[in-house]
Amino acid sequence: MISVESLAAGPLLDLPLAELWFALIFALLGTFLFLDGFDFGAGAIFATLDDESARETVLSAIGPFWDGNEVWLVVFGGALFAAFPRVYAGLFSRHYLLMFGILGALILRGLAPEMYEQRHDERWQRWWGRSFVAGSVLAPFLLGAFAGNWLVGSPRSFTLVGIVVGSTVTVLTVVSGAAFLGLKAGRALPGAVHRIGVGAVVVYLLLVVATLGTLAVTLPAGADALLSMPVLALVAASIALAIAYAVALRRGANLAALVSAAGLTYGLVAVVAVVMYPRIDPATGLVVEEAIVSTLPLNLMSIGAALLLPLVATYFVVLYSAFSGPITAEESY
Amino acid sequence: MIDPVIASRLQFALTTIVHIIFPVMSMGLAPFLVYFTWRDVRGGDPVYEQLRRFWTKIFAISFVVGTVTGIVLEFEFGTNFAAFATAAGELFGGPLAVEGMMAFMLEATFLGIFIFGRERVSDRLYLVSSVAVGLGTWLSAVWILIANSWMQTPRGYELATENGQTIVHLTDPIAAYLNPRFPYMFVHMQNAAVESVALFMAGVAAYYVYRHHVWEYPVENVAFWEKTLKIALVALLITAPLQVLQGDLYARHVYETQPQKFAAMEAVWDTEAYVPEYIFAIPTDLSQLTDPRAKELFGIGIPGGASWLASGGDPTAEIRGLNSFESESPPVAIVFWSFRAMVGMGFWFILLAFWGGYRWFTGELFEDGLLHKALMASSLLGILAVELGWVVTEVGRQPWVIQGILKTSAGVSPGLTGTEALTTLLGFVGVYTAILALYTYVVARIIRGGPPGEEDLDSVPDQRERDERPAAGVAGDD
Ligand code: HDD
Ligand code: HEM
Ligand code: HEM
Repeated sequence: MISVESLAAGPLLDLPLAELWFALIFALLGTFLFLDGFDFGAGAIFATLDDESARETVLSAIGPFWDGNEVWLVVFGGALFAAFPRVYAGLFSRHYLLMFGILGALILRGLAPEMYEQRHDERWQRWWGRSFVAGSVLAPFLLGAFAGNWLVGSPRSFTLVGIVVGSTVTVLTVVSGAAFLGLKAGRALPGAVHRIGVGAVVVYLLLVVATLGTLAVTLPAGADALLSMPVLALVAASIALAIAYAVALRRGANLAALVSAAGLTYGLVAVVAVVMYPRIDPATGLVVEEAIVSTLPLNLMSIGAALLLPLVATYFVVLYSAFSGPITAEESY
Repeated sequence: MIDPVIASRLQFALTTIVHIIFPVMSMGLAPFLVYFTWRDVRGGDPVYEQLRRFWTKIFAISFVVGTVTGIVLEFEFGTNFAAFATAAGELFGGPLAVEGMMAFMLEATFLGIFIFGRERVSDRLYLVSSVAVGLGTWLSAVWILIANSWMQTPRGYELATENGQTIVHLTDPIAAYLNPRFPYMFVHMQNAAVESVALFMAGVAAYYVYRHHVWEYPVENVAFWEKTLKIALVALLITAPLQVLQGDLYARHVYETQPQKFAAMEAVWDTEAYVPEYIFAIPTDLSQLTDPRAKELFGIGIPGGASWLASGGDPTAEIRGLNSFESESPPVAIVFWSFRAMVGMGFWFILLAFWGGYRWFTGELFEDGLLHKALMASSLLGILAVELGWVVTEVGRQPWVIQGILKTSAGVSPGLTGTEALTTLLGFVGVYTAILALYTYVVARIIRGGPPGEEDLDSVPDQRERDERPAAGVAGDD
């Protein structure tokens, strides 16, 4: 048996737990931005469709999934709170209005599809359709802004870096959304969705360049902070993935395109993490080793996460395989 | 400008008071849905498919609104109560993170299957999803109540001062997470949720039964509403007495662990023996109308009632008064009146349950119009009782955010300005009013729409099929 004393004595199995939790926090953020990202992207693409059955198809395609996807944000928040309480408290209170902006956007995005389905008159659906689009576009934008501000340690909520990173993340969700809709909506959607995806990935690459440029002028270490092997490797990988994405989407290999989009998302988040490390709250200069909670709760949390996350992964496998293949507009309860 | 402490407290109060409505609906509906799904999957009476489909719609909208309002709460610990989050993060963050991974994930993924997947998955996986969803809602209560009960009766920690701030370090996880309050709180909360949903179901069903049988205004699917009423009554007969009996034990436990809160619940200012349980009380001095003081109180009470509650049966027992505590008192009037209203409703629900049970026994359940009206009028009172119970718990804990360790005023984010806090507070007043209005609108529409008619059911083959397969009778599920 593991006793409380042994759990308080030192890190479990002598693992570098502080670093692992730093990585886990960003992995959770990346998972959220990829999974809920394609829901957000679907919401943005929804704006381009004016055919009623195509719109219904988009809503049905994300229907069974978005709620589970959004929980990754809850888990990201919870994990940050549990592992780095000072960072959680500092970041969330510093970007007070921004956080409530994110919440407002998520409320709109969550309620709108439910409301849209409630009534079938035109005005009602027009307004809830717009709310759905607004929530879906604003949520990733503000989350991106939050990540950008976090990275450069800005005390303010609205900054140039925030706007650039926010736009980058938003366009990335469109990239994922196009592949997801290709997969789930099959032939029910017009071919334009593919063109949107390819266009978005090109814009995405341009925005990545813009992001790196703004970071180079904003970060105290300047361009040097970006000229490290890992960052360069991630940028090169992103270019390769973007090409793979575009090719796959044109050939109708939607799953491959979606996987490439996942790679792009994790790649972007990894850039933020790599540039930030070893600090975790650049605004106060707090580093990972100082910010981590004490050994006992850290060990407990690590055991909890090691047991639960594989289980969570199986839930997602069950869910996504129950709804494999295209989903039709009629499917609902 | 408004004090950020006041604005944050008001905002947290508003956002939790709205949030809890939806978990109550989904946690309370969960056991019913598992039962309906099991009966439906097993085949037989098609009314169970109607029950499952109808109440699943209400569950689904409650869940969505619960999700969007819940995330707000989690964020607020960081945005508005950063000093609290920093001080208590070591103990408090863990349960929230585990809640996300263990409960919300289970619930949110299987809900996708439960709502959209009836045609796509096997009966068995479908039944498993209903259980997983129900289990998920109840597990989220476990973890959030572990976090909250620790704030009421903190255990298993050590205090340290770091950078001039008090920090709580976890020393004994078992003592901290299985703290004395938790079992009381969990049983009381979960039973309250089932009771509230039973009241809601009974109220809605009573309306249709009344229309059909008393008004003689034909109602479609009346068998469905009759069944709903009976099922709700059974649940009420179990939960209503249990709630009051357990609430009684709970009150004694509160007296033992949070005597200051108990004194506020009973408005006892000076330590006294043989304290009555006031049912109604007004202060004799008009200037203190909002502040009922036991000593200057004119009221009707059960002699020795409060002493009896605090001591577990001794009407002469002494109760410590509010004046004997060093810290300032919680807002006594709010706590006092909320407690009275909750307890009063608790007894009313028992009366309702027995009344309905008696009519059922005499075979007049569908004819007693007065009972129907009473049930309709009480359909939302369960939720109201839950709200008031939480007000007793949370307002009664003031001025502490963590009992005896950290004051609420010291828990608010240091950098927060009054303007920022007021902006979001006003925003929430607007947005949450709209959310409540929309939720009410949708639920009312679902109720008006009624259950799916027989012709839409999967468990009843349609006319053509029946003609082709005359011997099949009621088919099982495919
Ligand atoms: C249907 C709802 C309902 C009903 C009928 C009752 N309660 Fe209750 N009560 C709750 C729903 C509730 C609640 C909302 O669920 C609370 C808030 C926190 C908790 O654990 O349960 C609560 C809290 C709560 C507290 C405060 C505990 C604390 O500070 O932590 C006490 C002492 C009682 N209850 C006692 C009673 C008694 C003696 C009742 C009847 C005679 C009663 N409750 C009926
Ligand atoms: C959902 C049911 C709940 C309701 C209706 C509720 C209600 C309230 C109210 C009315 C207040 C304001 C008290 C005051 O400032 O006078 C409050 C404060 C607070 N509650 Fe709750 N609460 C609930 C559950 C919880 C849970 C589960 C937690 C913790 C996990 C929690 C943590 C807090 C905190 C941190 C504060 C702010 C500090 C304070 O004012 O004491 N609450 N709550
Ligand atoms: C004040 C503290 C609270 C916080 C921080 C909080 C947090 C949350 C969060 C983040 C969600 C969204 C989960 C998702 O994305 O699916 C949620 C939903 C939920 N919460 Fe709360 N919650 C609080 C109070 C409570 C209480 C007191 C209960 C019941 C005992 C409760 C029960 C639930 C349930 C069952 C859900 C699932 C959604 C639903 O069924 O409505 N919560 N909560």
